[in-house]
Amino acid sequence: MTVRKNQANLTATEKKRFVDALLELKRSGRYDTFVTTHNAFIMSDTDNGERVGHRSPSFLPWHRRFLIQFEQALQSVDASVALPYWDWAADRTAASSLWADDFLGGTGRSRDGRVMTGPFASDAGRWPITVRVDGRSYLRRDLGAGGRQLPTRAEVDSVLAMSTYDTAPWNSASDGFRNHLEGWRGVNLHNRVHVWVGGQMATGVSPNDPVFWLHHAYIDKLWTDWQARHPNSPYLPAAGTADVVDLHDTMRPWNDVTPADMLDHIPHYTYDTAA
Amino acid sequence: MSRITRRRALGASAGALAGLAVAGVARAAGPSATPAPRATAAERASFDEVYQGRRIQGAPSHHGGHHDHGSGYQVHIDGKELHVMRNADGTWISVVNHYETFATPLAVARAAVAELQGAALVPLALA
Repeated sequence: MTVRKNQANLTATEKKRFVDALLELKRSGRYDTFVTTHNAFIMSDTDNGERVGHRSPSFLPWHRRFLIQFEQALQSVDASVALPYWDWAADRTAASSLWADDFLGGTGRSRDGRVMTGPFASDAGRWPITVRVDGRSYLRRDLGAGGRQLPTRAEVDSVLAMSTYDTAPWNSASDGFRNHLEGWRGVNLHNRVHVWVGGQMATGVSPNDPVFWLHHAYIDKLWTDWQARHPNSPYLPAAGTADVVDLHDTMRPWNDVTPADMLDHIPHYTYDTAA
Repeated sequence: MSRITRRRALGASAGALAGLAVAGVARAAGPSATPAPRATAAERASFDEVYQGRRIQGAPSHHGGHHDHGSGYQVHIDGKELHVMRNADGTWISVVNHYETFATPLAVARAAVAELQGAALVPLALA
């Protein structure tokens, strides 16, 4: 059974096995297929057209399915590995063990943003950035640049308190839980974390940084936490919505899974803590 | 430039070819569920300036580039297209600042120059 744990509580062995599995997926070429898929969706999901992966109600079930698929790829390398999650409301500085040399490595150097430490540093030679939007082939970060702050626990709680899953127009202008969690409106949770990390994480090819998976594993957990607080609040919209994935519509690129199929994470993984 | 082949990008783990092909290019635009707010003068305006040593240009595009996704506007940095997108509230993002919004195409172009630190944009094959 897959148990997703808070990254802060991983043992040295768990960190090493997770990192090694990432490096093997990268070496084999499988990692970059996930970057390509994500960027294809992020560039094609539009507020006034078809939208599946982002800026739409299916943001949460789409990423849940995407992470399950990625986690299965990791487990094909090492069956003991599960995706950890990063509670950025708690581990909110560049001094967090998340950014240590034995895990994800630290921020980029000031000159060019290049990550110089850890397993994914360009000098280590095992993490070439091949799916990219500009000529730079090294992992970059700028943690907390310009004094930016990660969301606080109080801000998270304010979003978890919203009882309606999503609202028309079902895009970046929507009120409700999904769009406030995604961050196009209000205190801004998910989007802000991408910007705080900087480098590739702030771009359409954000899965180039392994922290992408830990960030989204926590966003995914917040969806579960929200469900626990609002057991009578359904996924919306239910049916008949143009350009938007309704509850029982299948989601690209898989075309065999619906939001309804993704509402319960328990068949796929559990958490180290109760919701 | 990505050296990933189509086969690899769509391989065992990446899902159906049809799905990505549809995601990438040439979809019939569905009916607009939300009329976007009217473009402001700043959005309709073209620009052409040198910013931090890079030539940035923006202009409305009426016949659409490969990547304008209905935004009706194209931005170039040193002649290379920067993928930009307009949000429902009239703000803008680009492929290099995809989670942070900017008020105008000019602002998003300048933010991209700062982010690029001199690097050239490369066209990104979606599949």
